[in-house]
Amino acid sequence: MSGPTARPANGGDVVIAGAAETDAVGVLPEHSTLRLHVEGARNAVADAGLRMSDIDGIASVSAPGPIQVAHALGIRPRWIDGTGVGGTSFLLHVRHAVAAIRAGHASTILVTHGESGKSRVGAAYGMLPPSSPNAQFEAPYGVLGPPTMFTIPLLRYMKEFGLTPEQLAYVPVAQRKWAARNPRARYREPITVEDVLNSRMISYPLHLLECCLVTDGGGALVITSAERARDLPQPPVHILGTGETFESPLISQMEDFTTSAAFRRSSAEAFAEAGISHGDVDHLMIYDAFAHVPIYGLEDMGFVGRGEAGAFIAEGNTEPGGRLPLNTNGGGLSYTHTGMYGMFLIQESVRQLRGQAAAQVPGVEVSVALGNGGMFMAAGTLVLSNRTA
Amino acid sequence: MPARGKPTPVPTPETRPYFDAAARGELKIQRCLDCGRPFFYPRPCCPFCASAALEWITASGRATLYSYTINHRPAPGFEQDAPYAIAVVQLEEGPRMMANIVGIDNTPDNLVLDMDLQVTFEQRGDVTIPQFTPAGTEAAR
Ligand SMILES: [Zn+2]
Repeated sequence: MSGPTARPANGGDVVIAGAAETDAVGVLPEHSTLRLHVEGARNAVADAGLRMSDIDGIASVSAPGPIQVAHALGIRPRWIDGTGVGGTSFLLHVRHAVAAIRAGHASTILVTHGESGKSRVGAAYGMLPPSSPNAQFEAPYGVLGPPTMFTIPLLRYMKEFGLTPEQLAYVPVAQRKWAARNPRARYREPITVEDVLNSRMISYPLHLLECCLVTDGGGALVITSAERARDLPQPPVHILGTGETFESPLISQMEDFTTSAAFRRSSAEAFAEAGISHGDVDHLMIYDAFAHVPIYGLEDMGFVGRGEAGAFIAEGNTEPGGRLPLNTNGGGLSYTHTGMYGMFLIQESVRQLRGQAAAQVPGVEVSVALGNGGMFMAAGTLVLSNRTA
Repeated sequence: MPARGKPTPVPTPETRPYFDAAARGELKIQRCLDCGRPFFYPRPCCPFCASAALEWITASGRATLYSYTINHRPAPGFEQDAPYAIAVVQLEEGPRMMANIVGIDNTPDNLVLDMDLQVTFEQRGDVTIPQFTPAGTEAAR
């Protein structure tokens, strides 16, 4: 779908030069959280053709956070970013790294993710302080993790737009078709709408197969200038546009339950900075913690009109052979989901732009990744390309 | 209280009037004296204009069901209730808040979006929290 694009405002002068995941993702009970960070970091630095001593900037989410990760790797950074806004944090790290490299605050930045989401080895247990608004005004009503909060807006969306349970159930069906082509995906067997609707109810109206996996894994990125990357082995992935924002730390205070203001604002900014339009996008990654999140994402990014995304997916537009390939690794629903899934969005965008993906889409020149943090709390958007304009 | 009972909120100085009112059977929310808009949750300044000039108003207690999920994997303390609805209700005054829907079986057929609700109150440890029940039913108090 690539067409002529306006010259990007930033010229694509900062690139992703290295990208790699942990050797395996899935169930890794012998991997501590720190080891997942370290393994992803070593793999990404090797992928970039660099040595750890070349890294002078570090970004990561607590815990363990950038200090522990950098210390374990022997890095002495002159730039540190610990922005932690949930699963989209890594997209924000990339955005911040672009600014840091332009400012000369660092030359080669490492962004790491590692999470023992399934095995919980050395994992952080997120406890909100009892005085937080969440603890005072939501916890007393029996919320327990994302399945009980991320799902609340969905019935309002279904009522407003007539989204059917069958259309919703088709989201994991479409993504399983991509996962079938990815040997690393946790679930690869084809599924049907009936399978989804017959799976156990988790949080009405969402069934088990409409909820993401819970796995162990990690990954890392090396970000540097396009100039520096010229001497490096991998085809550079230019960062053409970025956006970041948040909406509400409490799901009950989301302004309109049928649309994510964070998705809209973050994506509009990234598209404007990149100077691209929707027709320029060859490949798309949308954070899919639950089946309805890609539906919100497609609409809030403007790929389809309000209320149209369910039918768009059910008509096959986002699956193999469709005109807008979406979540081509299988997504959080079928590939892997460590808890803070955003790193894996970026990894798949990079693979597609390099021509190295397991389920490679032919001729990808522009890939967009939309990350979610918390439950529609925060968002980050990246417009990535293997060309500068 | 049982070791793994339902969570009891811990009020802060800013939220204490809300919980004190709930203990008296009143739903109080804040309103901005500068821009006039009511809001929820209680906090030290207006989210619309950042003014710190605020007043407490007594809400009518009338609300509608904005959206909900029915949770099949109960949080600690909610084992006897599962599956139970976690709802967001829209107050007549405009702001929205989370609540459970009490006094009715929490089934999709019973819980129809935009249905009329009325505030009721639940004792939770030494704190009282607002809950909602279908309008016209006998409230808990
Ligand atoms: Zn105000």
